[in-house]
Amino acid sequence: MNALTPPPASPPSPYSSALATSNTEPHTLSVLVDNEPGVLARVVGLFAGRGYNIESLTVAEVAHAEHQSRITIVTSGTPEAVEQIRHQLERLVPVHRVTDLTIKGHFVERELAMVKVRGKGENRMEALRLSEAFRGRVVDATTESFTFELTGSPSKIDQFVELMRPVGLVEVSRTGVAAISRGPDGM
Amino acid sequence: MSRQMTGAEMVVAALEDQGVDTIFGYPGGAVLPIYDALFQHPNVKHVLVRHEQGAGHAAEGYARSSGKVGVLLVTSGPGATNAVTALTDALLDSIPLVCITGQVPTHLIGSDAFQECDTTGITRHCTKHNYLVRRIEDLPRILHEAFWVASHGRPGPVVIDIPKDVQFASGTYVGPQNIVHRTYQPVVKGEMDRIRQAVAMMAAAKRPVFYTGGGVINAGPEASKLLRELVALTGFPVTSTLMGLGAYPASGPNWLGMLGMHGTYEANHVMHDCDLMIAVGARFDDRITGRLDAFSPGSQKIHIDIDPSSINKVVKVDLGIVGDCGFVLDDMVRLWRSEGHGADRAALADWWERIEGWRRRNSLGFTNSRTTIKPQHAIRRLYELTKDRDTYITTEVGQHQMWAAQHYGFDKPNRWMTSGGLGTMGYGLPAAIGVQMAHPGALVIDVAGEASILMNMQEMSTALQYRLPVKVFILNNSYMGMVRQWQELLHGSRYSESYSEALPDFVKLAEAYGGVGIRCDDPGELDAAILRMIDTPRPVIFDCVVEREENCFPMIPSGKAHNEMLLPTGIDDWGAPDLGAVIDEKGKMLV
Repeated sequence: MNALTPPPASPPSPYSSALATSNTEPHTLSVLVDNEPGVLARVVGLFAGRGYNIESLTVAEVAHAEHQSRITIVTSGTPEAVEQIRHQLERLVPVHRVTDLTIKGHFVERELAMVKVRGKGENRMEALRLSEAFRGRVVDATTESFTFELTGSPSKIDQFVELMRPVGLVEVSRTGVAAISRGPDGM
Repeated sequence: MSRQMTGAEMVVAALEDQGVDTIFGYPGGAVLPIYDALFQHPNVKHVLVRHEQGAGHAAEGYARSSGKVGVLLVTSGPGATNAVTALTDALLDSIPLVCITGQVPTHLIGSDAFQECDTTGITRHCTKHNYLVRRIEDLPRILHEAFWVASHGRPGPVVIDIPKDVQFASGTYVGPQNIVHRTYQPVVKGEMDRIRQAVAMMAAAKRPVFYTGGGVINAGPEASKLLRELVALTGFPVTSTLMGLGAYPASGPNWLGMLGMHGTYEANHVMHDCDLMIAVGARFDDRITGRLDAFSPGSQKIHIDIDPSSINKVVKVDLGIVGDCGFVLDDMVRLWRSEGHGADRAALADWWERIEGWRRRNSLGFTNSRTTIKPQHAIRRLYELTKDRDTYITTEVGQHQMWAAQHYGFDKPNRWMTSGGLGTMGYGLPAAIGVQMAHPGALVIDVAGEASILMNMQEMSTALQYRLPVKVFILNNSYMGMVRQWQELLHGSRYSESYSEALPDFVKLAEAYGGVGIRCDDPGELDAAILRMIDTPRPVIFDCVVEREENCFPMIPSGKAHNEMLLPTGIDDWGAPDLGAVIDEKGKMLV
């Protein structure tokens, strides 16, 4: 083999280590967009194409006259990656504004879930009692089932769903997270 | 001013109002109404290409050499999909294009109709923005908006997909005067505080370098002038990416040559050892940085870019300035003067002395031959024989492209058209056609390889039809040379499928198209043959037969740092190179 002398050791880059050790953390982004055909595909396609995570996504029109929708995305990444996600979103032509609620400060996060449970006797009553403890509402009932409506933080819903498992969980439908900042100011 | 007209007429009216004099395209069923509106049009000249990819690259060549928006017009289905490569190319190299595609009538959309494809779906990822126009009322606004989006901020391609019934429908046309884009308002002026801070950092720097890119070219000729002024004021060395060549003249005293994978020894070592890097309209592409964790470890970095997402994307910088290079450079020049800054002359003198040491390695050197034409020699002769003319160079992709970038000296912006980001073989000939349409009297040369040129060879017909005297200068080594070079370096010289088997006789091919063919394999006859090519007022294919296994050096092997370069055999950083052993397993995973 050849006598390959390694190049002189250079001091490690200050950035490489920073990038490698930074922690991944969840961020909640609010994105105000023109409600036009394809806008959701653009946003979702950006995440898929650049390899970013989507942990939750909700979208609905929030200003009918202005044709504007608000998309709430929960993503995770290093602070650098999330900043990059924000800039990439801002680059999309129909995007008006992007706010990283996690960076901006305190915010309220809510999700709605409907949880269907099937069972008889003690299991059925246990499911009902638990739902009351979680401030759930019964939105449908048969002699052998309940469907509960539950609003809260994603972790509260996770917890409730886990509790329903042993008492006859059938299925869950969740809306994904809607979020808004605390305090008097808009995004 | 509003007038009643059909959708097809609106398209042509909008082109006129946007100052478009030339478009490139190919007709088909779903765009016939627009072609009817274009029929014998006095102000909008249509250039019929032979493949829609050619239309896209021609529009790119037109745009890059003229600073205007390039326009192409193609039909639905295969017309649109054939344009996808060119659109992606324009996206990666930030070239402003407007691509008008026909679509099946709105009532057939989604029914798998003849020549239907989901054009906006397919092009969503390879355009800056795209539109499907479902209502005639939206058409005039969208047409003008598309030009705005394509040419403002970081430029890029925009697709407008127009169903055939919308082209036939009547509506009210409005001109571009009242079109203001609601959301897309990119920042062009840089923040003054940051620019002031940048100038102070520059004044304090001991080992500075300007690292400039395609953004300076995109910002217009004025930005190149300002760059030259700032370099002259500060005395800093300057290097450039492939896309930025010509912004600072190659004949200028502070020029280090191109940087990156096939950049010069001095440019890459300056990048590695500098204490202040001023990146202007460049995006830290992987061809530039090499191994990221060893990229310019000791420097502070200033990054000027019109696209906020470029800043801190791959390399974390100390000071980001969002703005158009032209505006920011203007402010920098003004502040440098008005605040009475001066560079650290003593430190700079030391810095330049080190640079001279790197320069003495003569990294672009090569061993010339009396019997075979060396490709580097061919480019140097081409440069010497064309430099005093009004010359524009386009390229295909591969070794010839890198040799052209290394050995042809670009002294002006907008003179160099190449596919940098996407690396599209087949770019050069249609791009040359676009350049020649924008500059009818100029000498336009496509520096090509024998493999690349065959990818869009059909465009010779276009050149002939419009009497465009483009010159195709083929460095013919009978190999896909860059593929072969990598196979030599990384795959034990097993030249799998990289030999250009069954090549056509390029002289006869040129003649078959109605052009002129020249073949040269003798270094002694090269000059005379090149001069004959230049003096032929018709399309020429020049088959320049060169050394077959010449490698393109210098080179930063994949996964290596700027100070770990391969130089021409015998003088590299390691002593005696065994190319196969230089690149480690991790490097082999990279491209």
